Amino acid sequence: MSIQSCVEVRNEWDIVSARQLGRNMAKELGFGTVDQARITTAISELARNIYLYAGHGKVCIEAVEEMGKKGLKIIATDKGPGIRDIRKVMEDGYTTSGGLGAGLPGVKRLMDEFSIDSSVNVGTEIIATKWIR
Amino acid sequence: MKNNSNPGSNNRTKERYKTILTTYLKEKSETALYRGQQFSRKLIEQQIPPEDLVSQHVQVMQELFPDMSEKLKDSFDFLLEVMVGYGFAYREHQSLKSRQRQLESEIEVAATMQQNLILGDPPTFDGLDIGVISVPAKKMNGDYYNFMNDGANLSMAIADIIGKGIPAAMSMSMIKYAMDSLSQHCIKPNLLLENLNRVVEQNVNPSMFITMFYGVYDPTKHKLFYSSAGHEPGFFYSKKEDKFHDLFAKGLVLGVSKTVSYKEFEKKVEPGDMIILLSDGVTECRTEKGFIERQEIIELIRENMHLPAQQMVDRVFYELEKLQEFELRDDFTLIVLKRV
Repeated sequence: MSIQSCVEVRNEWDIVSARQLGRNMAKELGFGTVDQARITTAISELARNIYLYAGHGKVCIEAVEEMGKKGLKIIATDKGPGIRDIRKVMEDGYTTSGGLGAGLPGVKRLMDEFSIDSSVNVGTEIIATKWIR
Repeated sequence: MKNNSNPGSNNRTKERYKTILTTYLKEKSETALYRGQQFSRKLIEQQIPPEDLVSQHVQVMQELFPDMSEKLKDSFDFLLEVMVGYGFAYREHQSLKSRQRQLESEIEVAATMQQNLILGDPPTFDGLDIGVISVPAKKMNGDYYNFMNDGANLSMAIADIIGKGIPAAMSMSMIKYAMDSLSQHCIKPNLLLENLNRVVEQNVNPSMFITMFYGVYDPTKHKLFYSSAGHEPGFFYSKKEDKFHDLFAKGLVLGVSKTVSYKEFEKKVEPGDMIILLSDGVTECRTEKGFIERQEIIELIRENMHLPAQQMVDRVFYELEKLQEFELRDDFTLIVLKRV
């Protein structure tokens, strides 16, 4: 069983806590500074989405190992309104908050693996992993 | 775009950066700065995100100045963090750019298809000298024209879809198919427009309107029979009077109401007379002074009417294009039929 730590996201300060958690773990695992910054940015985006659109949720960070590769997994879950059209939010240029708001495609590009699962009125789960190169 | 730059090329880029930076720090020369600019072009070509460059800069600085102050080092970490945001936007930009290229090539294919579908060479018809020019403002043409020679008469249609671009072009393709089947059955212009109106009313989005002029030229009687559905009136040039008249016809635009009846008009065409049909892209040419007056278009036609019909329309188009500084705002179609 791998180690998992979670941060509840309810307000903007929690976004900072989630970032901190992710950065510490990325540093511990031996990610370089650029990848640390990328992972943190991804976490930041995911936590911000929870804060803006679901109101409440959590971000969990997990160290993972698979076929000799070490990596970091972000699991962002909420019981918010869910996403009606996932294909649309995964399209570049689509945002509801303007600018770099719901940049899910951006998060996907910052990480190595990305999956999203959402149902309306149930909630959303996003899992993203980055491997140490 | 994945961050899959391999470490080998990464190292080479870093060494190159180190060389350029060292030269600059030593000489502070414009040459070194110019190399820096070229280097950045290379980075962009290789789609290196900005945070990677900052990271390289930090590494190089640490190699060059091992006893760099902690604060300075920290400031680079801060810069790197900020640059990740730019990298985020940069990657989105890259991806949007490639999607745009893809869309553009799709539109290009559609536009070619449309152009082939609708516009052929101007027809040849005994006793008439015909010239046609039709130029879209954007890639897709919302103007439509068609000639049909049934062996006895020459029928002609010119239409303008209110609205531009792809939606207009799509409804135009529909018009083309409707016309193909309708014009075989009815040669009376007013009846054709009435039928077409029903098709348009049923199949086209209510926010879209189509204007059309439809005419049939009977070479035995030397008469033009015509009707119009709210289309920009053409001109009729009478050689005998040496005067241009509006080719007037009244009628509601297509697609507004289910049942509309149109009136048929007729005009005797004598040798040297001309029938001039146009889309509102011609009369709505806008210059610094405002819209071009119909009178100015008549003058342009008059200046060129000694030429064969095709050269005449080409010439008039060129003059109008020049007046608008070669920037078309609306699709442009001009047809001239001269009885020889």
